[in-house]
Amino acid sequence: MNPRLRWRKFVSNFMLTLTGVCAGVAVSVLFFILGYLVFHGGASINWDFFTKLPAPVGELGGGMANAIVGSAKLLLLASLFGVPIGFFGGIYLSEFSNSSIAFVVRYAADLLNGVPSIVIGIFAYALVVLPFKHFSTLAGAFALGLMMIPITLRSTEEFLHGVPRALREASMALGASKWKTIMSVVVPAAYRGIMTAILLALARVAGEAAPLLFTAFGNRYWSHGLSEPTASLPAMIYSYAISPYEDWHRQAWAAGLVLLALILIVNIFARAILSRGSAIPRS
Amino acid sequence: MAISTTTVPSASPSAGSRSFISRLLNGDEIARIITFLFAASVVLITLLLVLQLWHDSSLARHKFGFQFFITRVWDPNAEQFGALPFIYGTLVTAAVSLLLAVPLGLGAAIFLAELAPQKISDTLQFFIDLLAAVPSVIYGLLGLFIVVPIMREVIQPFLKSSLGFLPFFQGPAYGIGFLTAGIVLAIMVIPYIISVSREVLLSVPRDQREAALALGSTRWESTWRVVVPFAKTGIMGSIFLALARALGETMAVTMVIGNAPKISASLLSPGYSIAAVIADQFTEATGDVYLQALVELGLVLFLITFILNGLARLLMVLTTQKGSGMGHT
Amino acid sequence: MKRIAGLLLVVLALGGIVLAQNALSINGAGASFPYPIYSKWFDDYHKTNGNIQINYQSVGSGAGIKQATDGTVDFGASDGPMNDEQLKAYSDKHGSGILHFPTVLGAVVPTYNVPNVTGNLNFTPEAIAGIFLGKITKWNDPAIVGANKGVSLPANDIVVVHRSDGSGTTYVFTDYLSKVSTEWKDKVGKGASINWPVGLGGKGSEGVTGLIKQTPNSIGYVELIYAAKNNIGYGTVKNSSGAFIKADLESVSEAAAGAAKSMPDDFRVSITDAPGKKAYPISTFTWLLIPAKFTDTAKRDALKNFLKWALTDGQKSAEELSYAKLPKEVVAKELKAIGSIQ
Repeated sequence: MNPRLRWRKFVSNFMLTLTGVCAGVAVSVLFFILGYLVFHGGASINWDFFTKLPAPVGELGGGMANAIVGSAKLLLLASLFGVPIGFFGGIYLSEFSNSSIAFVVRYAADLLNGVPSIVIGIFAYALVVLPFKHFSTLAGAFALGLMMIPITLRSTEEFLHGVPRALREASMALGASKWKTIMSVVVPAAYRGIMTAILLALARVAGEAAPLLFTAFGNRYWSHGLSEPTASLPAMIYSYAISPYEDWHRQAWAAGLVLLALILIVNIFARAILSRGSAIPRS
Repeated sequence: MAISTTTVPSASPSAGSRSFISRLLNGDEIARIITFLFAASVVLITLLLVLQLWHDSSLARHKFGFQFFITRVWDPNAEQFGALPFIYGTLVTAAVSLLLAVPLGLGAAIFLAELAPQKISDTLQFFIDLLAAVPSVIYGLLGLFIVVPIMREVIQPFLKSSLGFLPFFQGPAYGIGFLTAGIVLAIMVIPYIISVSREVLLSVPRDQREAALALGSTRWESTWRVVVPFAKTGIMGSIFLALARALGETMAVTMVIGNAPKISASLLSPGYSIAAVIADQFTEATGDVYLQALVELGLVLFLITFILNGLARLLMVLTTQKGSGMGHT
Repeated sequence: MKRIAGLLLVVLALGGIVLAQNALSINGAGASFPYPIYSKWFDDYHKTNGNIQINYQSVGSGAGIKQATDGTVDFGASDGPMNDEQLKAYSDKHGSGILHFPTVLGAVVPTYNVPNVTGNLNFTPEAIAGIFLGKITKWNDPAIVGANKGVSLPANDIVVVHRSDGSGTTYVFTDYLSKVSTEWKDKVGKGASINWPVGLGGKGSEGVTGLIKQTPNSIGYVELIYAAKNNIGYGTVKNSSGAFIKADLESVSEAAAGAAKSMPDDFRVSITDAPGKKAYPISTFTWLLIPAKFTDTAKRDALKNFLKWALTDGQKSAEELSYAKLPKEVVAKELKAIGSIQ
């Protein structure tokens, strides 16, 4: 084996090991955070936590039942609002549009993505809360949905683009209309990436408290329907974590853990239910 | 029924093979219109947002004009507001976070996409995605209680003793500051880079790799010189996502950056960012000029995002060769 | 696809179920300082009046005032009284005014982390002002040493820590400094957010105490409750009568008692640097902001009853949570004022 080849092999092994190290670092950070949350909040997770309403300071037996339900409602509604816009918008960009319209839409999505979450909250306040003079779950879902749009849009377009042209052409050759091609062939081929992006967008907004401050507001009691203020896990975490009370701190960590568990479950659920496999074999 | 062409959609009724009405009745045209509406709504929402910010900052804009960009003072009582320290802090922390997160994230994505067995790759990805769901207030607290002491006791003194001759590493080591904020941000944006880059790398067609290997390249060479460039636009997209998150992050930054409106070359110095100051002061701000100055800061951040995105796209256009996977910006 | 649609419908239906309750729901927003005691009060009140749900969220005094003015909440709460401009903005919008009702008392204490100093440090007003102005830079400065005979203070640089987020705590602290130091008043002034001459900014009390604990030679200011609940050492402050007072429930109530005699009818008063031998100089009321006129009579009556309860029975739970309760004279005056809510 000549020296040059030996060097190249060495570089190859070295760099690939390095990438393993990078992955290890990223994963260990996550496990560290999880471990911290479990350690500090684990003790507060009991049946009460999931079934009771918040209790004032110093009283035991409080829980975050309304915040858990509230977060679930908010995330569901936000997805119903943000995902279709991002998904169908992405389809347009990838399948129908010309490059100048696509450029403008992509740019706009990137700009929207960079807006601080509190500014989104202020915007949603002016648009949805002020005219109706009250806070609501809908307003909160609107704010969160806005934040989901850019990731969904960009990623849908990206992954649809990655589907080889041959697949599209084969479908057309068999007589399918463009729309049928898109929905039955192209989207399923790109499903993995799109699903990943949607779940990522969901994860992002699940932990945001700032946009909810001026929209969903918060509620110490149960919220009925969709037009009342509602509690949510991130908002509770925020107000408990910065309070002076050790008991509330532990509940905040516990809530953080529950939030992560919620997202994990949604991830598993979504992938299992919507699993159709990928049309492109993984290499 | 005639098969409608897909290569060049034509607008005039006479150019196509059918009349406009009959094309309209065809599902494709409706699909195009509907999806267009969705895409257009994104632009509409963004415009609306800008208009709202513009309108809500009118007092401040008229009062300060262009001075807003170059004034360093932020004094709510004297009603003197300047954006410069915040612009500086935003740019510095975003830069530091990307410098750390991009290599790390890309490396991890390569590992997960190319090397790791599928089951492990999928499982690890699952968990890394969870990092994106951690509320930013928890990142902030963990940053304050874990990262800051490490910075103050170990890392900052080390940097000062070894690289202290550089202007970047001077001044007292408080533990908080630009560097700490950049590190916390890096942790927060890594999941986006890893997640999206991994998916993009996975979708690169097998033949590309095989062709490279068949030509005699090592594993690394085929990855770095063929697969990654093929996936370049997707990876850039993930970096855009990360950048956007880094620019707009509020809670975590404000807990570890020191919140002092200062401009300093040293990364060890406390500073402030636009998103952090808006989050800090908006809920307590009283007085129209004060509130509107904060909204104007939001507008400035918009402008920064606009410019940075433009520059990044320019860079991509200049460096993309023909024939790489997806050539769009 | 059908499975998902079915699931969605079920979940939405669950979310939309209106439980058969005739609960009257009232929303309030404002200061975070009294959030613990308010949440306890509203909860206790709900236990005895099951059909009234008062939902209070701590979004900040400024936001509370804004939302009360916008009409998106039924009442507000603030650590600093509304100024004339804000009162005018409210009455312009609603056609009637908004009333202030002090509920409990709080205090701001100086906390510090000085190596080898374990006991209480005494601070004169000049020392505090000088430190936060950045003019007193070392711990062994005569202004500090003079008040602490027998304590050996090191010659280290003082690291100043302050709140970065707008807060009532900052408002009270700077209000006090503006009263005791003309230089502070001219150069900096008072407010929930100000242009600090020196120092690092911590977000929230958590941020400030976190920084102080980790940074040797640091000094900052936090609410009394926060210091008490987290076992943080804090110093004494010299009051207007010349005594060094440590903040506790008694000394804070003393400050209010001193001000009670000269309290204006609208209750908008600052009690920092109050007269009284045992008064703690950095004390403050916190107020509920109740509209003077209600269109919804059910809400009006509910709030009026709540106020009466909070000012009498409610005061007992205040001390358990380390809030100082209102002096009798102030309570009497307020109970009369409740009558003017229409």
